[in-house]
Amino acid sequence: MIKFLLRKEFKQIIRNPFLPRMIFIFPLMVLLVFPWAASYEIKNLNLSVIDNDHSPYSRRLTEKIVSSNYFRLTNVSANYKQALKSIEKKQSDVILEIPPHFEKDLVNKQSAKVMVSANAVNGMKGGMSMTYLVSIVTDFNSEITDELLGGAASSSDSKPTIQIDSQYKFNPHLNYRVFMVPALIVLILTQLCGFLPAISIVFEKELGTMEQINVSPVPKTTFILAKLIPFWIIGFLVITIGSAIAWAVYGLVPAGYYSTIYLFAGIYILTVSGLGLVVSNYAQTLQQAMFVIFFFMLVFIMLSGLYTPIDSMPEWAKWVASFNPLKHFMVVMRSVYLKGSNPLQLSKELFALIGFAIFFNVWAVLSYRKKN
Amino acid sequence: MKQLFSFIRKEFYHILRDKTTIMILLLMPIIQIILFGFALTTEVKDTQVAVLTTTNDEASSRIIDKLNASAYFDVVAKIHNEDEIQTVFRDAKAKLVVVFEDHFAEKLRHTGKAHIQLIADATDPNAATSFTFYASNIINSYQLELMSEAKNPYQIIPEVKMLYNPQMEGAFNFVPGVLGMILILICAMMTSIAIVREKEMGTMEILLVSPMKPIYTILSKITPYFVLSCVNFATIMLLSVFVLKVPIAGSFLSLILVSFLYIFVALALGLLISTMASTQIAAMLISGMGLMIPVMLLSGMIFPIENMPVPLQIVSSIIPARWYISAVKSIMIQGLGFSSILKEVGVLALMATVLIGISMKKFKVRLE
Repeated sequence: MIKFLLRKEFKQIIRNPFLPRMIFIFPLMVLLVFPWAASYEIKNLNLSVIDNDHSPYSRRLTEKIVSSNYFRLTNVSANYKQALKSIEKKQSDVILEIPPHFEKDLVNKQSAKVMVSANAVNGMKGGMSMTYLVSIVTDFNSEITDELLGGAASSSDSKPTIQIDSQYKFNPHLNYRVFMVPALIVLILTQLCGFLPAISIVFEKELGTMEQINVSPVPKTTFILAKLIPFWIIGFLVITIGSAIAWAVYGLVPAGYYSTIYLFAGIYILTVSGLGLVVSNYAQTLQQAMFVIFFFMLVFIMLSGLYTPIDSMPEWAKWVASFNPLKHFMVVMRSVYLKGSNPLQLSKELFALIGFAIFFNVWAVLSYRKKN
Repeated sequence: MKQLFSFIRKEFYHILRDKTTIMILLLMPIIQIILFGFALTTEVKDTQVAVLTTTNDEASSRIIDKLNASAYFDVVAKIHNEDEIQTVFRDAKAKLVVVFEDHFAEKLRHTGKAHIQLIADATDPNAATSFTFYASNIINSYQLELMSEAKNPYQIIPEVKMLYNPQMEGAFNFVPGVLGMILILICAMMTSIAIVREKEMGTMEILLVSPMKPIYTILSKITPYFVLSCVNFATIMLLSVFVLKVPIAGSFLSLILVSFLYIFVALALGLLISTMASTQIAAMLISGMGLMIPVMLLSGMIFPIENMPVPLQIVSSIIPARWYISAVKSIMIQGLGFSSILKEVGVLALMATVLIGISMKKFKVRLE
């Protein structure tokens, strides 16, 4: 019986004027365009300087900041008000104000101030520009100290220094695309295998063909299975297209095995499609189904660690996120692509996803009612 | 005019009589704004750190304490040989390993030079650069302490001020973004089926043979959704001010004005999709699924637009959310006046005109 049902489902999808095209065009568009948009990388912060001192030291400080790779001098203002205007017009991100008698104070009173004001609407950007700037000022400070102490700098030998060197594992060139492309593949898979099942049953309800299924001897499980399998195959198709583009366009191959990806993808597709079918079972109209699945998709995506790190979330949100199948699959894709993890190391995610898959699909079977 | 009002009433009945959908439409933004407002932040907090030391000396343990005391780090593990580094990363126990060289304190004291290696899990390159930077800063500050013990007479003291967002709350950045995203997606999804549904149900025929002008049909379709979206806007605002504690620093009137304009643009966008799509499914998939990723990625809500390559910056300027989010940030967070958002308002007004214009053109008075 399932053979015939499957044939019906496939025909319904293929003969739809819109769906088959969508399945191919959507991944292509997303993967070709959006990896280029996704970067937090902070360089070229725009700096506004108010130099009230006009001394050699104040000029040297400014030069030192500009010659670091982080800042670009975009505005020189005479006073704070002007500088603030430049922030309001989005011409600069951070203001450095050097007070009058900066050099004199430093030499004579042995202490001088500088004022740093950063635009912190985007807290991360503000924080970074502030810390970069302060660390350059600190560097400048020790440079000047060495100079001023001059010959007496025998002290610089006894000055304790800690050398720090950093090493970046798994993504040594800090390439953001390596991080985003696997995540975008997950995103595409989630959207296609979540939205499409969510409309598949309610669509038949609106069309009236559901009635025919309900009066047929098709068992509930068979019906749900017949709805599920096409999306499973579409999902595999999508992930294959995705990995192919990742390889062909971005030269990305997983550090681990494709088989691991397919194993997890197989379980994951069942999870989201199962959720989609549950939504479709409860919905009375197409619009309701779309809104509800849209709600889940958006929550899943935003709380998946795709854009903002899970670690930074408050505890309760982390707890909520642990019920997010997308989060688990996101971890899997990134670990396999970047770290080369195997299913054993990802066993936590494996069990979580299997659990979700069973939960949603059993629910999908139970919530399908032949009687109204 | 009377005609128009009776049609608007008809559209209201359409929507109000579907109680479930109304509930979904009103509840959805509430849950989302609260969830996202609290949970989304790009700041590095509580990064798990593992420490590799072979000797337990004072200098290294003071650095470890300093790391642990900062909001950025949580020291979760101490390991004792280099082979364990690999397992720490593989099992995702820590994102950063701080490696002190052997006899760290001794070397620091006697030779004046000692070595620390920071090994970061750079799967997330952005987080990795931030937390290694913070870690180096903390270690440097320890070094400064040592230096000032060794007397460092010349001091430049930076006085730091964080403008507009002194606590550096993630919500200040994300609330305008989430507001812009939720409004455009929900609005577009609502109106996207308005016309195509009548086509599919066959009631379009009745509409077309009525003496209504197309513009009236379009306006009467938009009006009830406009009211509904304003309710949504109001609840989101109330929640962000009273629950998320994001203040409205600027003029509330300008905020409302630009929001109404934006809602209108979003509804018109949905309507355009509706006149172009042939089926409800296509209309809903385009407005729900098709718009979601571009709006998220190109509106500047997550990734700063100025970091994008120029062609994408150009593409992003056709996303209405980009202009709205920028305007909301200026008014709500920075507290600037209406004159600072003239450009955004202009662009949105232009978009509204163009979208309604095309919908009118595409609106077919004849049945095929």
